[in-house]
Amino acid sequence: MASDITNQSGLDVKFPESVWGWLLIILLALICGVFASSVPWLVKYPQNWFVPLADWINIFTDWFEAIAKPVTRFIGNLLELPMQGLREVLQWVPWPVTVLAVALLALHASGWGLVVICVLASLYIALSGYWEQAMNTMALVGVAVPLSLLLGLGLGIYASRTRSGQRIMPPILDLMQTIPTFAYLIPMLVLFGFGPVVGLIASAIYACPPMVRNVSLGLQSVPEEIREAARMSGSSSYQQLFWVEIPAAMGQIKVGINQTIMAALSMVIIASVIGGFNDIGWEVLSTMRKARFGDSLLAGVVIVFIAIIMDRISAAYANRDYLSSGSDAPSKHHFLIAAGALIVLCAVLKFFDIGTAIEEADWAKSIADWLNLKLDEFVGAYGDILTSIKNFFYFFYLLPLRTGLSQSILPFTWGFDFTGPMRISYAVMCVLGAIGVGMRWGWQKGLGVAILAYLLYFGTTGAPWSVVIATLTYLGWQVGGRKTGLFVLGALGFILLTGMWERAMLSVYLCGAAAIMSFLFGASVGVWAASNDTVSAIVRPICDTFQTIPLFVFLIPTLMFFQLGEFTALLAIIAYAFVPAIRYTENGLREVSPQLLEVAVEQGCTPSQIFWQVKLPLAMPSMMVGLNQTIMYAFAMLVIAALVGTTGLGQQIYQALTAANTGLGVVSGLSMALLAMTADRIMQAWAANRYAGLDG
Amino acid sequence: MAGEGKTALECRNLWRVFGDAHGGKLANSALPKGDDAIRLAEEMSSAGDIVACGDINLKIKDGEFFVLMGLSGSGKSTLMRCMSRLTEPSAGELLIDGEDFLGISDQELMEVRRRKMGMVFQHFGLFPHMSVRENVAFPLRVQGASEAERNAKADEMITLVGLDGREDAFPHQLSGGQKQRVGIARSLAVDPELWFLDEPFSALDPLIRWQMQSELLRLQTLFHKTIIFVTHDFMEAVRLADRIAIMKDGLVVQVGTPEDIVLNPATDYVAEFVKEAPRTKIIKISQLMEPLKTGKPKKSGGEALHCDMTLEDALSWSAVRGGALPVADEDGNMIGTVPPERLTAALSGGDDGE
Repeated sequence: MASDITNQSGLDVKFPESVWGWLLIILLALICGVFASSVPWLVKYPQNWFVPLADWINIFTDWFEAIAKPVTRFIGNLLELPMQGLREVLQWVPWPVTVLAVALLALHASGWGLVVICVLASLYIALSGYWEQAMNTMALVGVAVPLSLLLGLGLGIYASRTRSGQRIMPPILDLMQTIPTFAYLIPMLVLFGFGPVVGLIASAIYACPPMVRNVSLGLQSVPEEIREAARMSGSSSYQQLFWVEIPAAMGQIKVGINQTIMAALSMVIIASVIGGFNDIGWEVLSTMRKARFGDSLLAGVVIVFIAIIMDRISAAYANRDYLSSGSDAPSKHHFLIAAGALIVLCAVLKFFDIGTAIEEADWAKSIADWLNLKLDEFVGAYGDILTSIKNFFYFFYLLPLRTGLSQSILPFTWGFDFTGPMRISYAVMCVLGAIGVGMRWGWQKGLGVAILAYLLYFGTTGAPWSVVIATLTYLGWQVGGRKTGLFVLGALGFILLTGMWERAMLSVYLCGAAAIMSFLFGASVGVWAASNDTVSAIVRPICDTFQTIPLFVFLIPTLMFFQLGEFTALLAIIAYAFVPAIRYTENGLREVSPQLLEVAVEQGCTPSQIFWQVKLPLAMPSMMVGLNQTIMYAFAMLVIAALVGTTGLGQQIYQALTAANTGLGVVSGLSMALLAMTADRIMQAWAANRYAGLDG
Repeated sequence: MAGEGKTALECRNLWRVFGDAHGGKLANSALPKGDDAIRLAEEMSSAGDIVACGDINLKIKDGEFFVLMGLSGSGKSTLMRCMSRLTEPSAGELLIDGEDFLGISDQELMEVRRRKMGMVFQHFGLFPHMSVRENVAFPLRVQGASEAERNAKADEMITLVGLDGREDAFPHQLSGGQKQRVGIARSLAVDPELWFLDEPFSALDPLIRWQMQSELLRLQTLFHKTIIFVTHDFMEAVRLADRIAIMKDGLVVQVGTPEDIVLNPATDYVAEFVKEAPRTKIIKISQLMEPLKTGKPKKSGGEALHCDMTLEDALSWSAVRGGALPVADEDGNMIGTVPPERLTAALSGGDDGE
């Protein structure tokens, strides 16, 4: 029974005749491999065939900027006003009052447990000497979030209410959520000029898709009868929407609010690379640049704590059932008392001049110095070991994936040369292996072995573009039908024509390398957690916290030990991307129906047979979704990792940002988004086939 | 039963077709009648459209308890949705109090719904974020009534349906029966003339359903609304209705009082429903009686069957008497006799009483 399921992967069910297409691709691959010198354009896309899209965009932007400048500057100044106002207020209010306000909010949202967490976290922020920077960040978030929520609410209503919205919003949201964070900043930078407003607007826009999705989902899942009841009561469409549908969808909308807040915070932190605003992200970045990692760590902890406070409070509001809040929720009366008490306290503290922000905390300073010292000592003492770890991964994992075995096996790296006879025996082994696997487990698996062997030989960057595009397009077509195939072709075509191919392949390689390791690590932990409740209970809060932390912070510990470089980037990406692999693996395994397991036990399966032949195949679709998410997370982090030295599209976007080159930024940002969407479409179609196979 | 009162709601050649294979065959000017309409409906179904309502002609009288009965997919709910314009009819006419209801503006439609209509839903359709009081007061809030005014009216309605003390509860804290009481209170809050009930008791347990039916009958004796009630339960229809329209595949196959339908099912399809019905509880003595030959009624002068008595009651009554049983009317006048063998024949379904 279990083996039936394994064989029902979408590929062989749907297109048994597809073998011919694969044979053509293999032929193409052989041509590119053997006759590379006579058809170089099939291997490496000629430079003079590029379409200078980036230049065209720059011409357009220059023209548009000239016209729009008065308007954009006006909008910028308009937004600067509330932001500066909030900043002044947050800086002026004595910190004990702010901490108390946070505590009251936590109490209202949840209970004393949350109060303890929030008070400890905000006390750290106040006492560590980063209060001013933290409040500057909060001023940005405080203006960006309401803007983003309003925008999200409006677009969400549009997306759920109108036919055109239902059609055009989902692809726009997909694009918005895959365009790299830095890429948002570039056009804003050009339009609004250097300054904190860029981060403000970028994060308002960047953070609204989750709100749009949740509003739209919430409105669409309001039961039809409730809508009809409102209509039959004679509601106008305004009354129906604002009195009935939005309140009824509030549970879902609150989930959107939580996600939007976190996205806005994340973007505000990232936007600090623009500089010019003394916020906490900038503090981390500048201390990292000075290699004062002790300071970066202390400031990074501030970011993590801000994120935790904001996430836990907004999540508590989202989880709190509005239905049960009726009786025990504090009334307006309580709210007024609390506000009055805070104002009085504020006045008293101001009068006695207590609670002004601590600018330099001696204890924090000494901890930072101590950390810096210890770190230097550690790196000094164990530097050789760290370097060997780094080189090991670089030579035996990253380099082969990047340039292929053909280029990476050298006396310098592997200690020997990849000689002619060795190359031939590698080819023979691969062919035999592919045939063997094909005979034993079906031709798709054999084909998979062949593709991997080919890729491993030429490397991600060395593989001919024609073969890569043909393979991925055909794969997309096989698993997702014509539409997916065309999408993949179009997306990769765009990257190729605009001259982003080599950069894109560098990104694919690093992303792939990170995704493989994240998934292997995450899936193993997930398997363990599925079989052991204690492990599950420990892993879950860790996953939650890792998901809350703004991406940026992951750079600190990795950079600390391994300096700039791809290995550091790899570690940072893995640290962020392994969480979905754990979650989906554990859920998939735990959701296997107990009845099926009983059947398996009854038939005398050993535990290992049950795991490999029953549980794993049944959990596979869920794990595929986890792999997909892992890849998406890796793409998101890849761009941030450009800060610690990568060579792909991410770095190109970062360069475009520093040079305020809109054309380059837009084209490379789009390329990155298209890569992510290509991976996403293929993986999703594949997972959907798997699900369908299980149902059948 | 409502007598010859004026017509509250009328459907003339009303159609509702889902799908677009029928093209322009439903132009208002040339709507087919009678058998032609049935033929058109069959034609459209075979072309792939779904005829939810085909050529519906109904006159529902003021104060009448009118039941639309049919199995799922028969079009009964769609017909009711057409009557309230939650669904727009494809063709035909709909008149409320003799006035065109289809051609009015959105603003007017909103006004009609605010003042004249109330609806009760199968799954209650309560607003989850509002308390019982807020739910019941909602139609008044929509009209712009002040908070004090609407709360007073809401509390009155809540008392009426027997939910005193639960005003501040939220829907998820109520049982199914209680939820539907809220639904009923809400639909009555604006004192509508037309009261639509869409399978209101289908989601309830049988025992609660019975209680709620009794409750509904009680409310109807108080308010005398024009009720349009949808159900798939024939027994429920028989118990509640003044008249029943039985629907199948979007067409009305029979309209009549419960007794008419039980005694004279128009088609085999209707007969299938009737077979399940406990005839003894439905057939009334007046339909089995042989009228007195002398034109003038006379005082029964004592023991007689009552003309509104059901067959079941008459049987137990006749068991203690022999011979032809006298029948009296409301005023106690002797109006006829029933031979006991006719009662037993009616019981087995062999005698249709004509």
